[in-house]
Amino acid sequence: MTFLELHQVSKSYGEGPTEVHALSGIDLSVERGGLVAVMGPSGSGKSTLLTIAGSLEEPTSGEVLIDGTLLRTMSRNDKARLRRRTIGFVFQDFNLLAGLTALENVSLPLELDGVSLKKARATGMAALEQIGVADRAGHFPDQLSGGERQRVAIARAVVGERHLLLADEPSGALDSVNAEAVMRMIHEACERGVAAVVVTHDAHLASWADRVILLRDGRMVDQTLAPSAEALLQPTPSP
Amino acid sequence: MSVPHALLALLSEGPKYGMQLRDEYEAVTGDVWPLNVGQVYTTLRRLERDGLVESDEAGDEERQKAYLITAQGEIELRDWLRTPPDPASPPRDELVTKVLMALRVPGVDVHEVIQAHRRQVVELMQQWTRFKQDETEFDLPFALVVDAELVRLQGVVKWLDLADDHVKRAGKEPVQASVPKLRRRVVVRQ
Repeated sequence: MTFLELHQVSKSYGEGPTEVHALSGIDLSVERGGLVAVMGPSGSGKSTLLTIAGSLEEPTSGEVLIDGTLLRTMSRNDKARLRRRTIGFVFQDFNLLAGLTALENVSLPLELDGVSLKKARATGMAALEQIGVADRAGHFPDQLSGGERQRVAIARAVVGERHLLLADEPSGALDSVNAEAVMRMIHEACERGVAAVVVTHDAHLASWADRVILLRDGRMVDQTLAPSAEALLQPTPSP
Repeated sequence: MSVPHALLALLSEGPKYGMQLRDEYEAVTGDVWPLNVGQVYTTLRRLERDGLVESDEAGDEERQKAYLITAQGEIELRDWLRTPPDPASPPRDELVTKVLMALRVPGVDVHEVIQAHRRQVVELMQQWTRFKQDETEFDLPFALVVDAELVRLQGVVKWLDLADDHVKRAGKEPVQASVPKLRRRVVVRQ
Protein backbone atom coordinates (compact mmCIF):
# COMPACT_ATOMS: atom_id res chain seq x y z
CA MET A 1 0.00 0.00 0.00
CA THR A 2 1.40 3.38 -1.03
CA PHE A 3 2.11 5.65 1.93
CA LEU A 4 3.83 8.62 0.29
CA GLU A 5 2.95 9.88 -3.17
CA LEU A 6 4.34 12.81 -5.12
CA HIS A 7 2.61 13.67 -8.40
CA GLN A 8 4.33 16.04 -10.81
CA VAL A 9 5.83 18.02 -7.93
CA SER A 10 7.72 21.16 -8.93
CA LYS A 11 9.28 23.84 -6.78
CA SER A 12 10.62 27.20 -7.91
CA TYR A 13 12.18 30.02 -5.93
CA GLY A 14 12.18 33.64 -7.12
CA GLU A 15 10.53 35.05 -10.20
CA GLY A 16 11.40 36.16 -13.71
CA PRO A 17 15.06 36.02 -14.69
CA THR A 18 16.14 35.06 -11.16
CA GLU A 19 13.72 32.13 -10.96
CA VAL A 20 15.37 28.88 -9.89
CA HIS A 21 13.72 25.52 -10.55
CA ALA A 22 14.65 23.40 -7.54
CA LEU A 23 12.37 20.52 -8.56
CA SER A 24 10.64 19.79 -11.87
CA GLY A 25 7.85 17.26 -12.39
CA ILE A 26 8.83 14.71 -9.75
CA ASP A 27 6.71 11.55 -9.52
CA LEU A 28 7.49 9.29 -6.59
CA SER A 29 5.58 6.72 -4.58
CA VAL A 30 6.82 4.86 -1.52
CA GLU A 31 5.01 1.82 -0.18
CA ARG A 32 4.68 0.93 3.49
CA GLY A 33 7.86 -0.94 4.26
CA GLY A 34 9.57 0.60 1.23
CA LEU A 35 13.00 2.22 1.40
CA VAL A 36 13.92 4.72 -1.32
CA ALA A 37 17.33 6.35 -1.55
CA VAL A 38 17.74 9.71 -3.28
CA MET A 39 21.11 10.50 -4.80
CA GLY A 40 22.38 13.43 -6.81
CA PRO A 41 25.00 16.17 -6.79
CA SER A 42 24.76 19.21 -4.50
CA GLY A 43 21.96 21.52 -5.57
CA SER A 44 20.10 18.78 -7.46
CA GLY A 45 16.99 19.16 -5.29
CA LYS A 46 17.42 16.22 -2.88
CA SER A 47 16.76 18.18 0.32
CA THR A 48 13.91 20.17 -1.26
CA LEU A 49 12.23 16.90 -2.19
CA LEU A 50 12.52 15.76 1.43
CA THR A 51 11.13 18.98 2.93
CA ILE A 52 8.16 18.91 0.52
CA ALA A 53 7.50 15.22 1.27
CA GLY A 54 7.61 16.09 4.97
CA SER A 55 5.08 18.97 4.58
CA LEU A 56 7.68 21.50 5.75
CA GLU A 57 7.47 23.28 2.39
CA GLU A 58 4.72 23.50 -0.23
CA PRO A 59 5.34 22.66 -3.86
CA THR A 60 4.83 25.38 -6.49
CA SER A 61 2.74 22.86 -8.43
CA GLY A 62 1.85 19.18 -8.15
CA GLU A 63 0.38 17.14 -5.32
CA VAL A 64 1.70 15.32 -2.27
CA LEU A 65 -0.33 12.62 -0.52
CA ILE A 66 0.57 11.00 2.78
CA ASP A 67 -1.43 7.91 3.68
CA GLY A 68 -3.94 8.86 1.00
CA THR A 69 -4.51 12.41 2.28
CA LEU A 70 -3.77 15.40 0.03
CA LEU A 71 -1.48 17.79 1.90
CA ARG A 72 -2.92 20.71 -0.08
CA THR A 73 -6.31 20.23 1.59
CA MET A 74 -4.93 20.14 5.13
CA SER A 75 -4.87 23.11 7.50
CA ARG A 76 -1.62 24.31 9.03
CA ASN A 77 -2.60 22.69 12.36
CA ASP A 78 -3.45 19.39 10.67
CA LYS A 79 -0.05 19.37 8.98
CA ALA A 80 1.68 20.08 12.29
CA ARG A 81 -0.21 17.16 13.85
CA LEU A 82 0.72 14.94 10.89
CA ARG A 83 4.40 15.80 11.40
CA ARG A 84 4.20 15.08 15.14
CA ARG A 85 2.36 11.78 14.79
CA THR A 86 3.28 10.28 11.46
CA ILE A 87 6.57 11.67 10.16
CA GLY A 88 10.00 11.23 11.65
CA PHE A 89 12.96 13.33 10.50
CA VAL A 90 16.62 12.38 10.79
CA PHE A 91 19.37 14.88 9.99
CA GLN A 92 23.11 14.61 9.55
CA ASP A 93 23.80 16.55 12.76
CA PHE A 94 21.32 14.50 14.85
CA ASN A 95 19.45 17.59 16.21
CA LEU A 96 19.07 16.11 19.69
CA LEU A 97 18.20 18.57 22.46
CA ALA A 98 21.31 18.96 24.62
CA GLY A 99 19.48 19.45 27.93
CA LEU A 100 17.44 16.26 27.64
CA THR A 101 18.52 12.65 28.14
CA ALA A 102 18.32 10.14 25.29
CA LEU A 103 15.00 8.83 26.60
CA GLU A 104 13.58 12.35 27.05
CA ASN A 105 14.62 13.25 23.51
CA VAL A 106 12.84 10.19 22.13
CA SER A 107 9.65 10.55 24.19
CA LEU A 108 9.33 14.35 23.76
CA PRO A 109 7.37 14.21 20.45
CA LEU A 110 4.80 11.95 22.13
CA GLU A 111 4.51 14.21 25.16
CA LEU A 112 4.03 17.25 22.90
CA ASP A 113 1.23 15.33 21.25
CA GLY A 114 -0.59 14.90 24.58
CA VAL A 115 0.46 11.35 25.42
CA SER A 116 0.82 10.85 29.20
CA LEU A 117 4.36 11.09 30.55
CA LYS A 118 4.34 7.48 31.74
CA LYS A 119 3.13 6.10 28.43
CA ALA A 120 5.45 8.36 26.42
CA ARG A 121 8.47 7.19 28.43
CA ALA A 122 7.48 3.52 28.06
CA THR A 123 7.05 3.92 24.29
CA GLY A 124 10.31 5.87 24.08
CA MET A 125 12.11 3.13 25.99
CA ALA A 126 10.72 0.49 23.59
CA ALA A 127 12.07 2.52 20.64
CA LEU A 128 15.52 2.75 22.27
CA GLU A 129 15.46 -1.01 22.89
CA GLN A 130 14.61 -1.68 19.24
CA ILE A 131 17.59 0.39 18.16
CA GLY A 132 19.90 -1.21 20.73
CA VAL A 133 20.71 1.82 22.90
CA ALA A 134 18.37 1.23 25.86
CA ASP A 135 21.40 1.17 28.18
CA ARG A 136 22.07 4.81 27.20
CA ALA A 137 18.55 6.02 28.05
CA GLY A 138 19.72 8.22 30.96
CA HIS A 139 22.70 9.75 29.13
CA PHE A 140 22.76 13.27 27.73
CA PRO A 141 23.73 13.77 24.04
CA ASP A 142 27.24 15.00 24.93
CA GLN A 143 27.82 11.74 26.81
CA LEU A 144 27.06 9.68 23.69
CA SER A 145 29.29 8.78 20.74
CA GLY A 146 28.34 10.00 17.26
CA GLY A 147 26.96 6.57 16.36
CA GLU A 148 24.89 6.41 19.56
CA ARG A 149 23.51 9.92 19.00
CA GLN A 150 22.33 8.98 15.53
CA ARG A 151 20.73 5.80 16.91
CA VAL A 152 18.81 7.93 19.41
CA ALA A 153 17.79 10.28 16.57
CA ILE A 154 16.46 7.31 14.60
CA ALA A 155 14.61 5.99 17.67
CA ARG A 156 13.01 9.45 17.99
CA ALA A 157 12.06 9.41 14.32
CA VAL A 158 10.26 6.05 14.49
CA VAL A 159 8.85 6.24 18.05
CA GLY A 160 5.16 5.45 18.49
CA GLU A 161 3.10 5.19 15.33
CA ARG A 162 5.36 7.09 12.96
CA HIS A 163 5.10 5.50 9.54
CA LEU A 164 7.17 7.84 7.38
CA LEU A 165 10.87 8.34 7.99
CA LEU A 166 12.63 11.12 6.07
CA ALA A 167 16.39 11.20 6.48
CA ASP A 168 18.82 13.78 5.06
CA GLU A 169 22.37 12.40 4.94
CA PRO A 170 21.70 10.49 8.20
CA SER A 171 25.16 9.00 8.29
CA GLY A 172 27.14 11.87 6.79
CA ALA A 173 29.20 12.57 9.91
CA LEU A 174 29.80 8.95 10.86
CA ASP A 175 32.58 6.47 10.09
CA SER A 176 31.77 3.70 7.64
CA VAL A 177 30.92 1.09 10.29
CA ASN A 178 28.48 3.39 12.12
CA ALA A 179 27.12 4.69 8.80
CA GLU A 180 26.23 1.16 7.81
CA ALA A 181 24.68 0.54 11.24
CA VAL A 182 22.41 3.54 10.62
CA MET A 183 21.26 2.14 7.26
CA ARG A 184 20.70 -1.27 8.86
CA MET A 185 18.46 0.37 11.49
CA ILE A 186 16.49 2.26 8.87
CA HIS A 187 16.13 -0.96 6.88
CA GLU A 188 14.87 -2.76 9.99
CA ALA A 189 12.35 0.04 10.62
CA CYS A 190 11.10 -0.51 7.07
CA GLU A 191 10.75 -4.22 7.72
CA ARG A 192 8.39 -3.23 10.55
CA GLY A 193 6.26 -1.30 8.02
CA VAL A 194 7.81 2.18 8.00
CA ALA A 195 8.09 3.93 4.61
CA ALA A 196 11.44 5.70 4.33
CA VAL A 197 13.15 8.17 2.01
CA VAL A 198 16.86 8.62 2.60
CA VAL A 199 18.98 11.27 0.92
CA THR A 200 22.59 10.20 0.60
CA HIS A 201 25.59 10.91 -1.62
CA ASP A 202 27.02 7.48 -0.81
CA ALA A 203 26.19 4.65 -3.24
CA HIS A 204 27.29 2.08 -0.66
CA LEU A 205 24.58 3.29 1.74
CA ALA A 206 22.02 3.87 -1.02
CA SER A 207 22.35 0.21 -1.96
CA TRP A 208 20.41 -0.66 1.21
CA ALA A 209 17.33 0.79 -0.49
CA ASP A 210 14.77 -1.09 -2.58
CA ARG A 211 14.98 1.69 -5.14
CA VAL A 212 17.65 4.29 -5.79
CA ILE A 213 16.61 7.45 -7.63
CA LEU A 214 18.98 10.00 -9.10
CA LEU A 215 18.19 13.71 -9.26
CA ARG A 216 20.00 16.17 -11.46
CA ASP A 217 19.06 19.84 -11.79
CA GLY A 218 15.74 19.15 -10.05
CA ARG A 219 14.72 16.31 -12.37
CA MET A 220 14.61 12.62 -11.73
CA VAL A 221 17.02 11.38 -14.39
CA ASP A 222 17.18 7.71 -13.49
CA GLN A 223 16.18 5.05 -11.01
CA THR A 224 17.27 1.50 -10.35
CA LEU A 225 14.99 -1.44 -10.81
CA ALA A 226 14.29 -3.65 -7.80
CA PRO A 227 16.80 -6.53 -7.85
CA SER A 228 15.10 -9.77 -8.87
CA ALA A 229 15.12 -12.88 -6.70
CA GLU A 230 16.90 -14.74 -9.48
CA ALA A 231 19.66 -12.14 -9.48
CA LEU A 232 20.03 -12.54 -5.73
CA LEU A 233 20.68 -16.24 -6.02
CA GLN A 234 23.29 -15.79 -8.69
CA PRO A 235 25.06 -12.49 -8.13
CA THR A 236 27.30 -11.26 -10.91
CA PRO A 237 30.68 -10.72 -9.30
CA SER A 238 31.59 -7.68 -11.37
CA PRO A 239 30.09 -5.43 -14.04
CA MET B 1 43.28 -13.04 -7.03
CA SER B 2 46.63 -14.77 -7.16
CA VAL B 3 45.80 -18.47 -7.25
CA PRO B 4 49.41 -19.65 -6.64
CA HIS B 5 49.68 -17.60 -3.45
CA ALA B 6 46.21 -18.59 -2.28
CA LEU B 7 47.26 -22.26 -2.64
CA LEU B 8 50.44 -21.56 -0.69
CA ALA B 9 48.32 -19.98 2.07
CA LEU B 10 46.12 -23.08 2.26
CA LEU B 11 49.15 -25.37 2.28
CA SER B 12 50.66 -23.38 5.17
CA GLU B 13 48.07 -25.17 7.37
CA GLY B 14 49.50 -28.59 6.42
CA PRO B 15 49.78 -31.05 3.50
CA LYS B 16 46.74 -31.25 1.20
CA TYR B 17 45.48 -32.97 -1.98
CA GLY B 18 44.60 -31.07 -5.17
CA MET B 19 40.85 -31.61 -4.93
CA GLN B 20 40.93 -30.62 -1.28
CA LEU B 21 42.75 -27.38 -2.22
CA ARG B 22 40.12 -26.61 -4.86
CA ASP B 23 37.26 -27.08 -2.34
CA GLU B 24 39.01 -25.06 0.37
CA TYR B 25 39.89 -22.24 -2.07
CA GLU B 26 36.24 -21.89 -3.06
CA ALA B 27 35.08 -21.96 0.59
CA VAL B 28 37.65 -19.44 1.75
CA THR B 29 36.74 -17.00 -1.01
CA GLY B 30 33.06 -17.12 -0.03
CA ASP B 31 32.23 -19.43 -3.01
CA VAL B 32 32.41 -16.34 -5.22
CA TRP B 33 35.40 -17.29 -7.37
CA PRO B 34 35.04 -20.80 -8.82
CA LEU B 35 38.31 -22.63 -9.54
CA ASN B 36 38.85 -25.38 -12.10
CA VAL B 37 40.62 -28.41 -10.63
CA GLY B 38 42.83 -28.54 -13.74
CA GLN B 39 44.08 -25.06 -12.88
CA VAL B 40 44.90 -26.28 -9.38
CA TYR B 41 47.15 -29.07 -10.71
CA THR B 42 48.79 -26.79 -13.30
CA THR B 43 49.53 -24.25 -10.57
CA LEU B 44 50.85 -26.93 -8.19
CA ARG B 45 53.24 -28.22 -10.89
CA ARG B 46 54.58 -24.69 -11.40
CA LEU B 47 54.95 -24.14 -7.66
CA GLU B 48 56.78 -27.49 -7.40
CA ARG B 49 59.08 -26.55 -10.31
CA ASP B 50 59.92 -23.28 -8.52
CA GLY B 51 60.67 -25.10 -5.27
CA LEU B 52 57.78 -23.50 -3.36
CA VAL B 53 55.90 -26.76 -2.74
CA GLU B 54 56.81 -30.44 -2.87
CA SER B 55 54.69 -33.54 -3.28
CA ASP B 56 54.93 -36.83 -1.48
CA GLU B 57 55.86 -39.81 -3.60
CA ALA B 58 53.00 -42.00 -2.33
CA GLY B 59 50.75 -41.85 -5.37
CA ASP B 60 51.56 -42.32 -9.02
CA GLU B 61 48.57 -40.32 -10.13
CA GLU B 62 48.46 -36.60 -9.53
CA ARG B 63 45.20 -36.71 -7.60
CA GLN B 64 46.69 -39.16 -5.12
CA LYS B 65 49.60 -36.87 -4.31
CA ALA B 66 49.62 -34.72 -1.20
CA TYR B 67 51.39 -31.39 -1.52
CA LEU B 68 53.23 -29.51 1.19
CA ILE B 69 54.75 -26.05 1.36
CA THR B 70 58.57 -25.72 1.47
CA ALA B 71 60.58 -23.26 3.61
CA GLN B 72 61.09 -21.17 0.47
CA GLY B 73 57.35 -21.28 -0.14
CA GLU B 74 56.71 -19.99 3.41
CA ILE B 75 59.02 -17.03 2.75
CA GLU B 76 57.34 -16.32 -0.60
CA LEU B 77 53.88 -16.44 1.07
CA ARG B 78 54.82 -14.04 3.86
CA ASP B 79 56.38 -11.59 1.38
CA TRP B 80 53.29 -11.73 -0.83
CA LEU B 81 50.88 -11.04 2.06
CA ARG B 82 52.65 -7.77 2.83
CA THR B 83 53.46 -6.59 -0.69
CA PRO B 84 50.84 -4.28 -2.23
CA PRO B 85 49.65 -5.09 -5.75
CA ASP B 86 51.42 -2.83 -8.27
CA PRO B 87 49.95 0.51 -7.16
CA ALA B 88 51.77 2.73 -9.64
CA SER B 89 50.11 1.64 -12.88
CA PRO B 90 46.37 1.99 -13.38
CA PRO B 91 44.84 -1.29 -14.59
CA ARG B 92 43.31 -1.31 -18.07
CA ASP B 93 39.69 -1.06 -17.00
CA GLU B 94 36.96 -2.04 -19.48
CA LEU B 95 34.42 0.44 -18.10
CA VAL B 96 36.91 3.31 -18.29
CA THR B 97 37.73 2.26 -21.85
CA LYS B 98 34.04 2.25 -22.83
CA VAL B 99 33.51 5.78 -21.55
CA LEU B 100 36.72 7.01 -23.22
CA MET B 101 35.67 5.46 -26.52
CA ALA B 102 32.10 6.82 -26.18
CA LEU B 103 33.66 10.30 -26.36
CA ARG B 104 34.92 9.45 -29.84
CA VAL B 105 31.84 7.80 -31.35
CA PRO B 106 29.69 10.26 -33.37
CA GLY B 107 26.06 10.47 -32.27
CA VAL B 108 26.61 8.81 -28.89
CA ASP B 109 25.38 10.66 -25.81
CA VAL B 110 28.20 10.12 -23.31
CA HIS B 111 25.97 11.13 -20.40
CA GLU B 112 23.53 8.40 -21.36
CA VAL B 113 26.34 5.85 -21.55
CA ILE B 114 27.68 6.92 -18.13
CA GLN B 115 24.19 6.86 -16.62
CA ALA B 116 23.43 3.39 -17.96
CA HIS B 117 26.60 2.06 -16.33
CA ARG B 118 25.92 3.94 -13.12
CA ARG B 119 22.45 2.40 -12.83
CA GLN B 120 23.77 -1.09 -13.49
CA VAL B 121 26.52 -0.70 -10.90
CA VAL B 122 24.10 0.61 -8.23
CA GLU B 123 21.72 -2.29 -8.99
CA LEU B 124 24.62 -4.67 -8.57
CA MET B 125 25.44 -3.02 -5.23
CA GLN B 126 21.81 -3.50 -4.16
CA GLN B 127 22.14 -7.20 -4.97
CA TRP B 128 25.30 -7.55 -2.88
CA THR B 129 23.73 -5.58 -0.01
CA ARG B 130 20.80 -8.03 0.09
CA PHE B 131 23.27 -10.58 1.41
CA LYS B 132 24.17 -8.24 4.28
CA GLN B 133 20.53 -7.66 5.12
CA ASP B 134 20.03 -11.36 5.74
CA GLU B 135 22.25 -12.12 8.70
CA THR B 136 20.79 -15.54 9.48
CA GLU B 137 23.81 -17.34 8.07
CA PHE B 138 26.88 -15.23 8.77
CA ASP B 139 29.88 -16.47 6.82
CA LEU B 140 33.08 -14.48 7.49
CA PRO B 141 34.89 -15.06 4.15
CA PHE B 142 31.71 -14.27 2.21
CA ALA B 143 31.06 -11.15 4.33
CA LEU B 144 34.57 -9.91 3.53
CA VAL B 145 34.11 -10.57 -0.20
CA VAL B 146 30.75 -8.74 -0.18
CA ASP B 147 32.29 -5.69 1.53
CA ALA B 148 35.25 -5.70 -0.87
CA GLU B 149 32.87 -5.74 -3.84
CA LEU B 150 30.66 -3.00 -2.37
CA VAL B 151 33.61 -0.72 -1.69
CA ARG B 152 35.05 -1.37 -5.17
CA LEU B 153 31.69 -0.66 -6.84
CA GLN B 154 31.24 2.45 -4.71
CA GLY B 155 34.51 3.68 -6.21
CA VAL B 156 33.18 2.93 -9.70
CA VAL B 157 30.05 5.02 -9.01
CA LYS B 158 32.21 7.88 -7.73
CA TRP B 159 34.33 7.75 -10.86
CA LEU B 160 31.22 7.73 -13.09
CA ASP B 161 29.87 10.79 -11.24
CA LEU B 162 33.18 12.61 -11.69
CA ALA B 163 33.35 11.56 -15.35
CA ASP B 164 29.83 12.86 -15.92
CA ASP B 165 30.74 16.19 -14.38
CA HIS B 166 33.96 16.45 -16.42
CA VAL B 167 32.09 15.68 -19.64
CA LYS B 168 29.40 18.23 -18.75
CA ARG B 169 32.00 20.92 -18.14
CA ALA B 170 33.92 20.07 -21.28
CA GLY B 171 30.82 20.63 -23.40
CA LYS B 172 28.58 18.17 -25.14
CA GLU B 173 30.48 18.05 -28.41
CA PRO B 174 32.61 14.91 -28.86
CA VAL B 175 36.29 15.64 -28.28
CA GLN B 176 38.45 15.90 -31.36
CA ALA B 177 41.39 13.62 -31.87
CA SER B 178 44.33 15.42 -30.37
CA VAL B 179 47.87 14.78 -29.34
CA PRO B 180 48.41 15.47 -25.65
CA LYS B 181 50.72 18.43 -25.10
CA LEU B 182 52.52 16.47 -22.46
CA ARG B 183 52.79 12.74 -22.76
CA ARG B 184 52.18 11.40 -19.31
CA ARG B 185 54.74 8.98 -18.05
CA VAL B 186 52.26 6.46 -16.72
CA VAL B 187 52.44 2.83 -17.72
CA VAL B 188 49.11 1.06 -18.00
CA ARG B 189 49.06 -2.43 -16.56
CA GLN B 190 47.88 -5.00 -19.10
